[in-house]
Amino acid sequence: MEYIAVLSPLVGALIAGLFGRQIGDKGAQLVTCGLMIAASVASVMIFREINFGGQPRTLELFTWIASGDLNVKWALRFDQLSAVMAIVITLVSTAVHIYSVGYMHHDKAQARFMAYLSLFTFAMLMLVTADNFVQLFFGWEGVGLASYLLIGFWNQKDSANAAAIKAFVMNRIGDFGLALGIFAVFVTFGTLNFDAIFAQVSDHADSYSEFLGYHVHTLSLIGVLLFIGAMGKSAQLGLHTWLPDAMEGPTPVSALIHAATMVTAGVFLVARMSPLYEFTPEVREFIALIGASTAFVAATIALTQFDIKRVIAYSTMSQLGYMFFALGVSAYSAAMFHLFTHAFFKALLFLGAGSVIHAMSDEQDMRKMGGIWKLIPFTYGLMWIGSLALAGVPFFAGFYSKDMILEAAFAAESSVGLFAFWVGIAAAFMTAFYSWRLLFMTFHGKPRASEKVMDHVHESPLVMTVPLAFLAVGAIGAGFVFAPHFIGDLRGDFWGAALTVLAENDTVGKAHHVPLWVKLLPIATGAAGILLAFVFYMRARHWPAEVAGMFSRLHSFLFNKWYFDELYTKIGVRPSFALGRFLWKTGDGATIDGLGPDGVSKLVGSAATHSRKVQSGFIYHYAFAMLIGVVAIVTFFIYKALG
Amino acid sequence: MITFPILSLLTFLPLVGVLFLLCIRGSEETVARNARATALLTSIFTFALSLYMYQNFDKTSADFQFVEQVAWLPGFNINYKMGIDGISIFFVLLSAFLTPICILASWESVTSRVKEYMISFLLLETMMIGMFCALDMVLFYIFFEGVLIPMFIIIGVWGGARRVYASFKFFLYTLLGSVLMLVAILALYRAFGTTDMIALTEVGVPEAMQKWIWLAFLASFAVKVPMWPVHTWLPDAHVEAPTAGSVILAGVLLKMGGYGFLRLSLPILPEASAYFTPLIFTLSVIAVIYTSLVALAQEDMKKLIAYSSVAHMGFVTLGIFTVNQQGVEGAMFQMLSHGIVSAALFLCVGVVYDRLHTREITRYGGLVKNMPRYAAVFMIFTMASVGLPGTSGFVGEFLVLAGLWQSSTVFTFLAATGVVLGAAYMLYLYRRVVFGELTKPDVKAMKDINPREIAIFAPLVVLVLWMGVYPSSVITPMAPSVARVIDHYHARNAAAETAKADAQKNNAAAQTSAEGKGDAE
Repeated sequence: MEYIAVLSPLVGALIAGLFGRQIGDKGAQLVTCGLMIAASVASVMIFREINFGGQPRTLELFTWIASGDLNVKWALRFDQLSAVMAIVITLVSTAVHIYSVGYMHHDKAQARFMAYLSLFTFAMLMLVTADNFVQLFFGWEGVGLASYLLIGFWNQKDSANAAAIKAFVMNRIGDFGLALGIFAVFVTFGTLNFDAIFAQVSDHADSYSEFLGYHVHTLSLIGVLLFIGAMGKSAQLGLHTWLPDAMEGPTPVSALIHAATMVTAGVFLVARMSPLYEFTPEVREFIALIGASTAFVAATIALTQFDIKRVIAYSTMSQLGYMFFALGVSAYSAAMFHLFTHAFFKALLFLGAGSVIHAMSDEQDMRKMGGIWKLIPFTYGLMWIGSLALAGVPFFAGFYSKDMILEAAFAAESSVGLFAFWVGIAAAFMTAFYSWRLLFMTFHGKPRASEKVMDHVHESPLVMTVPLAFLAVGAIGAGFVFAPHFIGDLRGDFWGAALTVLAENDTVGKAHHVPLWVKLLPIATGAAGILLAFVFYMRARHWPAEVAGMFSRLHSFLFNKWYFDELYTKIGVRPSFALGRFLWKTGDGATIDGLGPDGVSKLVGSAATHSRKVQSGFIYHYAFAMLIGVVAIVTFFIYKALG
Repeated sequence: MITFPILSLLTFLPLVGVLFLLCIRGSEETVARNARATALLTSIFTFALSLYMYQNFDKTSADFQFVEQVAWLPGFNINYKMGIDGISIFFVLLSAFLTPICILASWESVTSRVKEYMISFLLLETMMIGMFCALDMVLFYIFFEGVLIPMFIIIGVWGGARRVYASFKFFLYTLLGSVLMLVAILALYRAFGTTDMIALTEVGVPEAMQKWIWLAFLASFAVKVPMWPVHTWLPDAHVEAPTAGSVILAGVLLKMGGYGFLRLSLPILPEASAYFTPLIFTLSVIAVIYTSLVALAQEDMKKLIAYSSVAHMGFVTLGIFTVNQQGVEGAMFQMLSHGIVSAALFLCVGVVYDRLHTREITRYGGLVKNMPRYAAVFMIFTMASVGLPGTSGFVGEFLVLAGLWQSSTVFTFLAATGVVLGAAYMLYLYRRVVFGELTKPDVKAMKDINPREIAIFAPLVVLVLWMGVYPSSVITPMAPSVARVIDHYHARNAAAETAKADAQKNNAAAQTSAEGKGDAE
């Protein structure tokens, strides 16, 4: 069963990738989708078994790297946490696979596309079922590769290629931290296997070690380094600039990788390491701080963007921020629950946006849309469902998870917790506002597209709408069906030993006893956000421009994404290239070669020329030289005799 | 059990091929055809023989195996001594594996003086295998130097436009280092009366002498690796060398430096090695960062890969001088992996160079459209070079850094930045060559890789993935020998420490007793 769940996407990727030409596009689609359905069924069965009373288990395949004390195996570890991740991955991936059959039907390289999607799914499953850090790193970088390939899928486009490289390199910066964290883990614990590490964590609660000349708390060091990895993958503030650019990839890719699964790998990593993070309160505060700031910054940027996919991308970043500050206040189960519900409604929003883009002849600018809700009513309805879930409107999926996160932050009773709570409330308001801004701008008002485009607007085929409907069911139902298990009274049995929360940090437990206003405030701000968007974009349509004009500097600051890209180009990218050129021309060329081989050979050459001149052939030259020689020798001996 | 002298056979089998090649007569075309076939067959036989040897190699033993010893200069106690352990065997395999690939890669691109070209390659193979098998320093030196000559000829005769400059630069750089090594060998011989590598590890060279000899060895090995700042011959040599020359240069010749450190510096000069470790770490880290940045700015495909080689070899020297199991095994693995990956990358450049006769990156673009198979192969090796887990490139870097962290977090931190830069320059190269719009007419006319080229790449792809997914198949056989080297190193250094402490104690004791005596008087 475990093998089917994890390995069938690999088989699909190999068949579609290697024999795509032989079996054709249809064959590749059939094979990959079929295998994905098999994987989904298998992981749902595993989930039902393990999370509802079963025992976690690990299947060891074979030794991967064995060097001294370092012993790492390929293994499939299924505990409650990986089982949850596995169903999210396989279900969303299946929906996206099927959707892609319709979405990509004009494309020339459909087999390759399906192969990449399956490859991604495999890598992601390897990541979550790892029982050691190295396999986790394998999956971690593997999804990075798939993401790179898929962002740059339309590889004749320069912008797509640039975005792909940016994503890979930015992620590498995060991975740099992750890798260092792994080395620190190895040196501290002498092993990279999760269970062996967790068993020893409390022994090291007070140990210190040396890092870059500083004397630091070992577990905190590990915690921070691992979190840097999580920041890269999950687009947290500072390492986030690749995510919006990643929207260059085909929309199904955005839904699967850059919304539902890959970007949540960082959340998974921190949750997986909860036994360690429980011993590092300062690091958790840092995580909460970064998470809350990300939630806020991303939401402010989303307010001003016009590209429909970028709005949703910033929204994703913002929601990931929520998950991280939940992790920071030890509400791991709440973070995982939000990851779970978010996967459905955000994939739904992205695929819905894809359906709009498909209908609008590949137009992504919301300023050129409008007035199409009657033409594509089904997509319109589904986008509503997705937005309701995202804004946390009661009884939709996002309501349960987001409210729990905010309540847990409040219940943490720490200054960082309160900061996260209030920032989270503000972000919730903005979330509601930009979601309805998106809906109104895209679907309502007068059509702003050309007539030719408008003539072509059509509802997507069944192969695209059925997966959408499936995700919509998740966006509606995933919350109230699973809330008792993920975060409610049944959570102890549901999570088993997969998540560790120290008794004094049980914010999820405390969250059930927060004052009523804390529970109601998110709903109220959400409603206010929706209302404001309605006024701005349905009633007083000239307001947005006026407000933007009034706060033009703030607006351009937000519109330009807080100038992160410009900053990085200035302090990172350009200096690197310039330094490289300098080291090449001046370092290697002028200095090393100039003083070394070339310099020496020039020296030898000129010495030879000079000594050749000495051999002039004139007697008096030689006689003169002899005379000097004799004088020199005589002088030398006289001095010696005198001295 | 093998009863015949398999190492000598392996070493000199290519020379038999050379003999056959010398006998070929006829029109130019027949000579070329026969020369190619003879060389290929010879190298394949050699490779098969090396596999047979590997089959019979005891993978659980740390000792030298298949040892042969014949008195060579009896009056001088210099012997013809050969033998291999878990460290050298993989380099022998690598050399024997890459030679047929090189010959296949030159099948169509080399058209002039084919016979002489093939002779050079077979000579080179003899020298390389001999060097990795030699257990006597004089013999080692002869092979070590001997490698220079065919390589010099290959670059100088079949190279590109600036081949004479490049070949002389290569020759002089390496010769300068090697001469110092010769002096060191003579000094050791004078002091201890033997050139046997195993015997020398036990004689206990005095510490002051160790340092001088260590520096002399460094001069030789650092040029070969190459370490910063004596790396500038490499880009020129690579750029001018024919494809197969680059392949063997990157694939095997660079490993001779790392092998020298492991085989000579660490075991014979353990205290000096410990003393100079910070120097090696510093130079290596500079190499990693410096050459990665330089690679970012390159406009020539081969130069870019040459600079990336320097960066990757920086990890090797870092790993060796951690002297712990992960670090050294990582360095070994990195050398083997780099041997295959960089060889493959140079072959990838060769493929497009054969078609368009330029190495300038901007002349290409959009190859994925007309050369999809090539694009896939190139992608795999790019990812291996970047060190993606699942490919061979990851394992070496990971182990080296894991080992290095135990020695120094600062150097680990700095070296790990190379991993980020590595991704940047390789992907940037790939993007400019393979992706983008296919507009240039001559690039459009390029054909995808043919069956011969697929036959060259297929084994390389398989190896890269095999070593990435199941690296323990390579690490386990080398582990006992690596452990032997490491244990010996630490035992020697510990002994030196206690000896020093004892000497200090004795001194102090002598002083106090002398003072005591003075008081009594």
